[in-house]
Amino acid sequence: MNPLSGATKRIGLRRGRQTRDAVSTALPDPTVVPETAGAPPVEIAPNDPVIAYFQSASGVVEIDSLQLSSPGADALRAAGVKMVVPLVAQGELIGLLNLGARLSEQEYSADDRKLLANLAAQAAPAVRVGQLVREQEAEARSRERIEQELRVATLIQQQFLPKELPELGGWHVAAHYRPAREVSGDFYDFIELPDGRVGIVAGDVTDKGVPAALVMATTRSILRGEATHYLSPGQVLERVNDLLVPDIPAQMFVTCLYGVLDPSSGRFQYANAGHNLPYVSTEDGEVVELRARGMPLGLMPGMIYEEKEATLLPGQTVLLHSDGLAEAHNPDREMFGFPRVMRLMENTAGGDELIDVLLTELDGFRGTAAEQEDDITLVALQRSPDAGLRLGASDDSAPSTDVGDQPGGANGDHDTLSVDDSSRVLDEFSLASEEGNERLVMHRVMEAVEELQLAGKLLERLKTAVAEATMNAIEHGNKNNADLPVSVRVVATDTDVSVQITDQGGEEQMPEAENPDIEAKLAGLQTPRGWGLFLIKNMVDDMQVTTDDRHHTLELTLHLKGDPDVNE
Amino acid sequence: MSTSSFEADWRQSNGSAIIDLSGEINRSSEEALNSAYSEAVQGGAGSILLNFVQVDYINSTGIAVIVGLLARARKDSRTVVAYGLSEHYRGIFEITRLSDFMTIFDAEEDAVAEAPAQLR
Repeated sequence: MNPLSGATKRIGLRRGRQTRDAVSTALPDPTVVPETAGAPPVEIAPNDPVIAYFQSASGVVEIDSLQLSSPGADALRAAGVKMVVPLVAQGELIGLLNLGARLSEQEYSADDRKLLANLAAQAAPAVRVGQLVREQEAEARSRERIEQELRVATLIQQQFLPKELPELGGWHVAAHYRPAREVSGDFYDFIELPDGRVGIVAGDVTDKGVPAALVMATTRSILRGEATHYLSPGQVLERVNDLLVPDIPAQMFVTCLYGVLDPSSGRFQYANAGHNLPYVSTEDGEVVELRARGMPLGLMPGMIYEEKEATLLPGQTVLLHSDGLAEAHNPDREMFGFPRVMRLMENTAGGDELIDVLLTELDGFRGTAAEQEDDITLVALQRSPDAGLRLGASDDSAPSTDVGDQPGGANGDHDTLSVDDSSRVLDEFSLASEEGNERLVMHRVMEAVEELQLAGKLLERLKTAVAEATMNAIEHGNKNNADLPVSVRVVATDTDVSVQITDQGGEEQMPEAENPDIEAKLAGLQTPRGWGLFLIKNMVDDMQVTTDDRHHTLELTLHLKGDPDVNE
Repeated sequence: MSTSSFEADWRQSNGSAIIDLSGEINRSSEEALNSAYSEAVQGGAGSILLNFVQVDYINSTGIAVIVGLLARARKDSRTVVAYGLSEHYRGIFEITRLSDFMTIFDAEEDAVAEAPAQLR
């Protein structure tokens, strides 16, 4: 009802009032003009031509003599308004004084008009001030609401961050979380797994405020639930994604790195849903990225997450970091940058010291830059350089150069970090379980392996094996249910090409590949069918079947070189 | 995705019937192959020559269809031979031991020349 608020501000004309023989106004503010009860409001649309007329009119306007086709003027007339005095402040029409006929039934005199014009000239600025005060009050209220919401979001977010860091024997774990004023939804987590391993999570929800915080809380809960069911980080992210998709608002998604660390061996398996690549620093001062491909969570169902692993040797550190660090800007709008993070890591031992160095450098870099743009989350895990010693916080010397008898020595090469660098995902995709789609899979796999320039014989064998495995997945795994995806991943190493074909039928064991008995088949004692797995097995150098409670995966491997006559 | 269509036409040659196969052999090829076989047998053919020259793809369900055809020919006391297989599928016929029950020739001339000798 308040003509000063919201979209109608400054066009305070949608509701006018008129009273008999009394000054009335479009602005029912008793502090400006006394209001007389009982007058119906007059609606004038903002695009009514009479508005422009009032704005440019000098002094009092006599409604009955208006030669203007205007619904607003008609409405004023119908309400009994005789005279309108536009209130104009700084060239803007901010209100109207509407007057009905004089009680004495005499015409308004020239003096009356002059008086009204003077009144309007003095009242207009005062009304404008009143309007501005109200606008500012409304803005302050809305600002307070937003701030309140941000406080709630921060509260939700912090509620779900770890209260304490895990104690891992032989490891130094450090984490830092610095929220930006506008919460964006960073999170991290440590999940204790049943077999003594620990799940490590770093994530970032798009969007801000309460919705982001709620999505973060949901993601964290789902992740915690799934992490204890599946051992493989890729499968965990796959499940989290499928569970999150139906529940996440459109346009929102979550980037997430999930790794599983075996503290005793240093084995770190990881999968990445579009989050920043973790860095690993080796003892000799090298820093490398841990790459694994995958789409952010919550965008599309049926995604597959590449899974990699690295082994952290004593002295090595893995760093998980959110955008807030590398993408921070200085006052010249330069970015802190990923290379800088890597460089700093090269010269700093792990744990708290690394985090301190990164934050100190960041603060120096940002200098007087205004407020922090985005949340900053840093998680660092360092394997103690010496099994018998704990890395003290004061241990700020250069990293130890004693790498012991690690394979390959330690002078600047990557050998101490056993990431299988040669393993590359050539393609990964999912298809519906529809008859004939094995041909699509076959073609796509052929395209993916084209760069490997396989011999014709190998290609033919791969084609048959892939098509058969896909048919098997469609018919037996997914029971021809078109809604269930068959997921395919093509991986190459220096020596092999592997195709992993996954269905959704894990609740049933996949039967062993038996040697079909052609004599029995020809004699009608056996069905003529049942050649699929047998064929696959004979086409490839290795066939592995893995089954969990939801999926079967057939992994078909062919050696790139070697005996091409596996058939013989 | 539509699979490439399968066709089976037969013709007589020197007392045998040649069934010209083309396209992809899978489970949906069964009807066409069986009716070509029936017609060929009704036409008095003693041997059936399967011509694979125009076949670009055979999957496991196609193998099953061929096994079914062989079983039927066995009952009918008809000899079945094959020719025109690519090296890859020739290998598959060997692995599956189809080749133990169906002699495989390289070319049509060889098959036509040898097939009558296999008449029972």
